[in-house]
Amino acid sequence: MTPSAERDGGGEPLLAARAVTKRFGGLTALSEVSLTVQVGEIVGLIGPNGAGKTTLFNCFTGLYHPSAGTVHLEGRPLAGLKPHAVAALGLARTFQNIRLFANMSVLENVMVGRHVRTRAGVLGAVLRGPRTRAEERSIRERSLDLLDRVGLGGRADQLARHLPYGDQRRLEIARALATEPKLLALDEPAAGMNHTETAALKGLLETIRERGVTLLLIEHDVRLMMDLCDRVAVLDYGRKIADGPPEQVQRDPAVIEAYLGAGAA
Amino acid sequence: MIGLLPDRLYRDRRIAWAAFGVLAVLLIALPFLVEAGLGRTWVRILDFAMLYVMLALGLNIVVGFAGLLDLGYVAFYAVGAYFYAILASPQFGLHLPFWVLLPMGAGIACLFGVLLGAPTLRLRGDYLAIVTLGFGEIIRIFLNNLNAPVNVTNGPQGINMIDPVRLGGHALTRPIELFGVQISGPHAHYYLFLGLTLLVIFAAIRLQHSRIGRAWAAIREDEVAAEAMGIHTRNVKLLAFAMGATFGGLGGGLFAAFQGFVSPESFTLMESIMILCMVVLGGMGHIPGVILGAVLLTMLPEALRYVGPLQQELIGRVAVDPADLRMLLFGVALVLVMLFRPQGLWPSPVRARELHPDNPDQVRQEQESLYDAER
Ligand SMILES: Nc1ncnc2c1ncn2[C@@H]1O[C@H](COP(=O)(O)OP(=O)(O)O)[C@@H](O)[C@H]1O
Ligand SMILES: [Mg+2]
Repeated sequence: MTPSAERDGGGEPLLAARAVTKRFGGLTALSEVSLTVQVGEIVGLIGPNGAGKTTLFNCFTGLYHPSAGTVHLEGRPLAGLKPHAVAALGLARTFQNIRLFANMSVLENVMVGRHVRTRAGVLGAVLRGPRTRAEERSIRERSLDLLDRVGLGGRADQLARHLPYGDQRRLEIARALATEPKLLALDEPAAGMNHTETAALKGLLETIRERGVTLLLIEHDVRLMMDLCDRVAVLDYGRKIADGPPEQVQRDPAVIEAYLGAGAA
Repeated sequence: MIGLLPDRLYRDRRIAWAAFGVLAVLLIALPFLVEAGLGRTWVRILDFAMLYVMLALGLNIVVGFAGLLDLGYVAFYAVGAYFYAILASPQFGLHLPFWVLLPMGAGIACLFGVLLGAPTLRLRGDYLAIVTLGFGEIIRIFLNNLNAPVNVTNGPQGINMIDPVRLGGHALTRPIELFGVQISGPHAHYYLFLGLTLLVIFAAIRLQHSRIGRAWAAIREDEVAAEAMGIHTRNVKLLAFAMGATFGGLGGGLFAAFQGFVSPESFTLMESIMILCMVVLGGMGHIPGVILGAVLLTMLPEALRYVGPLQQELIGRVAVDPADLRMLLFGVALVLVMLFRPQGLWPSPVRARELHPDNPDQVRQEQESLYDAER
């Protein structure tokens, strides 16, 4: 991974969303949400179901285009960019409802992630000269290495659809890492995992951060968020109602009210 | 374990070479065997089988690899055929050399692929199928009507007396004696087509197992995820279209030179559907399956021609017109295959396993992941 932490010492945020609004017809899924992520941080995004967390991710990654507001990655505006261009700039993601390439092998899934960082075209593929062969070898080696890192080294040749749920989530992480992201956005990576798997996931995310990848994650597992995140932002009905260190957010009356409903606060 | 490995590899490799040798001899001897057993007509049919293998492998890139339903594939075949026919026939008195026109025709077909693909590939599934179907028909109607005000295609009559393939001054349609063996036109074309078919197979295999091939598969599996992983899905789909069209154009040029005559009637929707059936019936995305599908579906209708004479022999008259019977039996065969082998006659091993998970470990895993998903 690129150790971008040193290069970007200036304090410019890696990701900066300003007043992002997203409307679907009459429904305002996001209203003027601002969020920054600094290089090297782990930022959590929480909120009740339907709060707009996934929609915000989609606005970051080019799947949706905000109705208003701007998103910058390393100071570059993402407005109008398609998802593949956003990925090329260094923002990779996983999906809440797992979206693997089901009928491809586990290894091939990760190899697809290398696409954006490699070059071979049709002619290279057919002629398979030394350069293409070297590239193909490096794709395979890096992908196997990534599988080892997420603990799927032994399953490289299985079909992705045959993996148990927790493994599928980790495969999505490996596939996203293969694109060499500066920022990795994870949409509920622990959903469907048991305690052991969640603990292992926490370790994995920490090593990913140590290797210089900044993390933004949506998660419902409060323990995991408190242990892992440097900062937590809270969405409720499409608005950001809190943003700060986990302990502070946890005590925030507005957050407690959002989660437990009025009366509990 | 490690000591055993090189030994086994060595033996496997020897077996592979032996099998390769047997296959090579068989392929070289095939037209002579076929002529001896079934007659010269069947050598011609063999030639067509090779041609269709090339076409089916081209369509397989679009449909099988990238998962885009193209019902107008025959348009590219037509472009390749007419390109050669117009520039190498008395139509304009032009007689440009085959070996120059063939790659150019493939290139022009490729261009048509891009022209069709660029505006339409944002459409998905059924919509793309309808648009490509329309495109195929438009090309055919163009060919039918492009005889006025300037007679380019000679309309419904088609273009005749197209130059044959020439190899070093020798027209391939003429018999020739080589090493004391009499090689007829169909035989010579067989070897030419076989050579080109092997090249096409080689290219298709290499493409499938490449960065581009994986991108195609990813798009077929989940276009949104592929895009999010950094694949420029529009361009990569366009590439699939262009590659398929190139193979189609190549087949078209060969067809025109082999047949010596082209007319719009050879490029109907039925032809597109036939090639699609070869891909689907054989095993979408699986190269050996597609080859099998193409060979079978070329041979089957020809074999059914014998139904007429057979009736004459058995009951003294032709009770059922073989032409009717051909379509009927063809339909029945299609339905049966789709019922009993929905993944095709020879699907890729991976997909075959999907249908018959005989590995209990896999079944358990699948149930596990289902269970997890339901939680
Ligand atoms: N493509 C869409 N079309 C219409 N409504 C949408 C779309 N995507 C999300 N929404 C709506 O936006 C709101 C926020 O959804 P989402 O971002 O998925 O919430 P969360 O991820 O926080 O659970 C929901 O009310 C959802 O129905
Ligand atoms: Mg969500």
